[in-house]
Amino acid sequence: MSSDTHHDMTDDARTDGGTATATDGSEAVSDTGPATGRIARSKVVFMRVMQNRFAVFGLMVVLLLLFTAIFADFIAPYEPAEQNYNALKEPPSLDHPFGTDQYGRDVFSRVVYGSRYAVFLGVVIVGIEMLLGVTLGLVAGYYGGLIESTIMRVVDIALSMPALVLALAIAGMLGGGLFPLIVAVSLVGWRGFARLVRGDVKSVMEEEYIDSAEAAGLSDFRTISRYVLPNAASSIIVYATLTIPTVILWSAGLSFLGMGVQPPKPEWGAILAAGRGEIDDAWWIATFPGLAIMVTVIGFNGLGDGLRDALDPRQVR
Amino acid sequence: MLKYIARRLLVTIPVLIGVTIAISLIVYLAPGNPARIALGMNAQPEAVRELERQMGLNQPPWIRYLEWLWGVVNLELGESVRTGRPVTAMIARRLPPTLELAVGSMFLTLIIALPLGVISAVRQYSWVDTTSMLFAIFWLSMPSFWLALILLLLFSVQWNMFPISGRGTPVLTMTWLSSLILPAVATGTRRAGLLTRMTRSSMLEILNEDYIRTARGKGIGERAVIYTHAMKNAMIPIITLIGLQIPFIFSGSVIIETVFSWPGMGRLLVNSVLQRDYPIVQGLVLVYAVIVVLSNLFVDIMYGYFDPRIEYE
Repeated sequence: MSSDTHHDMTDDARTDGGTATATDGSEAVSDTGPATGRIARSKVVFMRVMQNRFAVFGLMVVLLLLFTAIFADFIAPYEPAEQNYNALKEPPSLDHPFGTDQYGRDVFSRVVYGSRYAVFLGVVIVGIEMLLGVTLGLVAGYYGGLIESTIMRVVDIALSMPALVLALAIAGMLGGGLFPLIVAVSLVGWRGFARLVRGDVKSVMEEEYIDSAEAAGLSDFRTISRYVLPNAASSIIVYATLTIPTVILWSAGLSFLGMGVQPPKPEWGAILAAGRGEIDDAWWIATFPGLAIMVTVIGFNGLGDGLRDALDPRQVR
Repeated sequence: MLKYIARRLLVTIPVLIGVTIAISLIVYLAPGNPARIALGMNAQPEAVRELERQMGLNQPPWIRYLEWLWGVVNLELGESVRTGRPVTAMIARRLPPTLELAVGSMFLTLIIALPLGVISAVRQYSWVDTTSMLFAIFWLSMPSFWLALILLLLFSVQWNMFPISGRGTPVLTMTWLSSLILPAVATGTRRAGLLTRMTRSSMLEILNEDYIRTARGKGIGERAVIYTHAMKNAMIPIITLIGLQIPFIFSGSVIIETVFSWPGMGRLLVNSVLQRDYPIVQGLVLVYAVIVVLSNLFVDIMYGYFDPRIEYE
């Protein structure tokens, strides 16, 4: 039996919805080639995404998040760290739409600035995971043999570690903070990319044009970058989009436990942690950052689902 | 079959050794001197050096690793840097509450996800389908620690229905059950969302198979088609998916145990990491890794059990 198919599914939210994309690298094969074909294809993909209501909603949420993160200075009515001892723990009102916390800071402004952490952590961590995982997956799938079995053994070991437990141990031992958080979550997440890309590459390697490329004397680098990688691209994009919400959830979780971004920085998990002790008399402090996380995660999931369906229309819906 | 299990167990050994190397490496690379942590910041340098020698910290890392590994083989995971208590005993005491929480949340996940997923697939695009998919998306997008706080606020603070924190004892009594419910819900909700969607898509995939069309063509009732023909085959991927949720249930319980002061391994882990009690962290990560390896093994065995086409050569 193949253990590959279900290992692909071990990586949390990224896996849900079935097995089709994860192991199937063959779908994009026919569509690469001249640049014009690629433009037409991206148009088709865009149209397909726009037909899916959940995906459109997701796209809107993601755009709103980016907008908020970029223009936080203009959107937030107060400074995120500005304390006001005349307005401690005030319930939501017109002045403070999400209320104020135990130091009189405006929760709305803090949540608005928190979007910067979400975007930054999501993009940077998924970027690092992608760089590590895709490189290792490409090398393993392309060269095969001993290199492949060594890399895949390491992936197996990484997959045997309970992800969050490991991330927590690494972040905590490094002393907590933004940088340890990035290191910890990236070190845990790359494995899914490696497995996915290696599977895709292996199926591409069976195509005749790879033999032709080799016969034509192309260097390994050119073969990989011109023929192998483009064929794995669509599943990498889908997987990356579906990984962002998981990364955002984990980062917030670790910050909530005090092992990620530290208070008083307005990271959503950290704000939640500060509101935890006040939950019985100031519910709004913890509630709104949690809602922000949830909406963001729903948004990325919607967009990811839409992209997956658009890039792989054969999948059952 | 037994031979297959034995061989699979053998294969896990190198993986587990790799895991122990990785754990030791993390501990070795982590900043901070355990001897100084044990003695506090005002300790005399001579005392620190003496303790370092006693703890074997002056030895090269591979010797320390091998000594620790030998301890693992003998179920001796060392002693807490803070309290000097044996780590094995500490973990053994924390294991049952964690298992209770895992089983409880798995149970809740299954009784929600399986029926919803199957009904959604059978009545694809009906209002049941739309509603349950909407719920599933909400569930899987909720940060569990946030849900935990909201549950606490509503059910414990406002309505006083469940205890605010801790684990009621003795086990298997009503006090225990009422203390387990909220943490189990908070741990399981995200998994339930994922599993509902997975169940639905596995079931849909089966319902599109040729033999289902044949069964319908034969004129047997829709009920029989779904219960005898479709469900049986859909169970294979679904069982796999359930098994794959196990490690995430344990991962998820770490945060939830902390929120509810549930006296399990997760809370011990968080506290030990914050206190930099390395031997406990090292031992706990290993135990969690063993749980993951065993549940993967379980998945493989179940897979073969439910799908007779798979042969264990």
